[in-house]
Amino acid sequence: MKYMLLIQAATDPEAGPGCEVEDWMAYDKTVRDAGIFVTGHSLADLTTATRVQVNAKGERTIVDGPYAEAREVLGGYYVIDVPDLDAALDWAARCPGSRGGGSVVVRPVAEF
Amino acid sequence: MEAVEAVFREERGRLLAALARRFGDLDLAEEVTSEAIEAALVHWPVEGVPPKPGAWLMTTARRRAVDRLRRDTAYAARLALLHAEAERAAPPAAPGEDSGEFPDERLQLFFTCAHPALAAEDRGALILRCLAGLSTPEVARAYLVPDATMSKRIVRAKRKIREARIPFRVPDAGELPERLPGVLQALYSIFTEGYAATAGPALQRYDVAEEAIRLARILRRLLPGEREVAGLLALMLLVHARRDARVGPGGELVLLADQERGRWDRAMIEEGLPLVREALTGGPPGPYGVQAAIAALHAEAADAAATDWPQIVALYDVLLALSPSPVAALGRAAALAMRDGPAAGLAALDELAGEPRLRDYHPYPMARADLLERLGRHAEAAEAYRAALALARTAPERDHLRHRLSRVEPAPGRGLEGT
Repeated sequence: MKYMLLIQAATDPEAGPGCEVEDWMAYDKTVRDAGIFVTGHSLADLTTATRVQVNAKGERTIVDGPYAEAREVLGGYYVIDVPDLDAALDWAARCPGSRGGGSVVVRPVAEF
Repeated sequence: MEAVEAVFREERGRLLAALARRFGDLDLAEEVTSEAIEAALVHWPVEGVPPKPGAWLMTTARRRAVDRLRRDTAYAARLALLHAEAERAAPPAAPGEDSGEFPDERLQLFFTCAHPALAAEDRGALILRCLAGLSTPEVARAYLVPDATMSKRIVRAKRKIREARIPFRVPDAGELPERLPGVLQALYSIFTEGYAATAGPALQRYDVAEEAIRLARILRRLLPGEREVAGLLALMLLVHARRDARVGPGGELVLLADQERGRWDRAMIEEGLPLVREALTGGPPGPYGVQAAIAALHAEAADAAATDWPQIVALYDVLLALSPSPVAALGRAAALAMRDGPAAGLAALDELAGEPRLRDYHPYPMARADLLERLGRHAEAAEAYRAALALARTAPERDHLRHRLSRVEPAPGRGLEGT
């Protein structure tokens, strides 16, 4: 079963062990070596984001942002294929994004 | 008919657990468990009870499940996939020792129902529904919520189990210390729900508390080596032993210090005390073991004055170090008042004044009022009793508080000489 791990990065990260660049590289390698990796990306800085909305008349609104008002912003994601939620939660807990004040939200991918 | 159904209640949980594990689907398991029990209620009175009732029920339920899967092939395909993956994740459980008919897989179901990914308030409800075998309206009554509300909560929780695929498995030894407290917490929440009804005409609902005790006994049989399970069962037994003495002739609340201890349930105390020793032996104690030890000291004392208050204060210190909580701090302050006098207790209570969790917790102003009354500060005591009265929701507690208030406030039309 596929789960998406949404990596919610803290906007004011606490310095702490486990979330350095090397930790991310090691985690990424482990996910791929375990044969559970489906897809995943890290996202560019939130200042590069642009919001698009189309109203009922089909008019487009394009706005710079959104800027981080929340304490956490989406910093990247993985989609992994594992047997059950417990396995997905274990992978989320190993992810460096779950440390230093950040968190990882685990969402099952809908099956149709 | 109800008596026959009660006989099935234990069987229902076992059957449901085994079927949920086999088919990996709680809804299907519930459906065919109910059908098998209905079939038994039709056949057994006529044909006699089969030699292996559990196996009969299991075979019937499995047949119904296979029928259902034949009718609905899309469902079957999804389930087959689920099942194959579940088998990959967790090998089948070892056969149970006590039944001889089919393995007892209720422990898996306990861990599924109390899974941390489920909303905390839904875990106890799910345990009552799946493991105690209560109907949804019965669970709704246990939590004093409308049937429709409870039905929605149970459906939502079961849907999460199915769609997020929360597994039916017992955590391995490494995970157990992290996961077991969740199961114990869910059982204790059922117990406290029954013991101190948050609202309504009665102070306590024995049936709900006794259901929690029954579930704790099952859990203890399934996890005999876990000392906190022994501690939780002991705590429930020792507290529940006081149930009759806790209510006065008029249905009003009677506080521990004023209870007629001859009305405590000795059999429950005798069952609880060895469990306390077990919970406290062989390693550092857990929070339930310590709370059970406090309850045991009360159980062993002839009256409030003869109670070992220094030991109780010391146990509260241990409890607060293990799991700090303002409610435990409140208990410590009350014990301190007994050890060192009401002024010391009051000082400890006043230190908790800023605790947000105690703001709407009526035992807090109640404890303050009691100590202020003992110190002869009647005007302040009356104010605190009124604050407690504004928060207390059950009729017996309100009666008790009104009575206490009448003792410290001057009666209307009378002067102060009456106080």
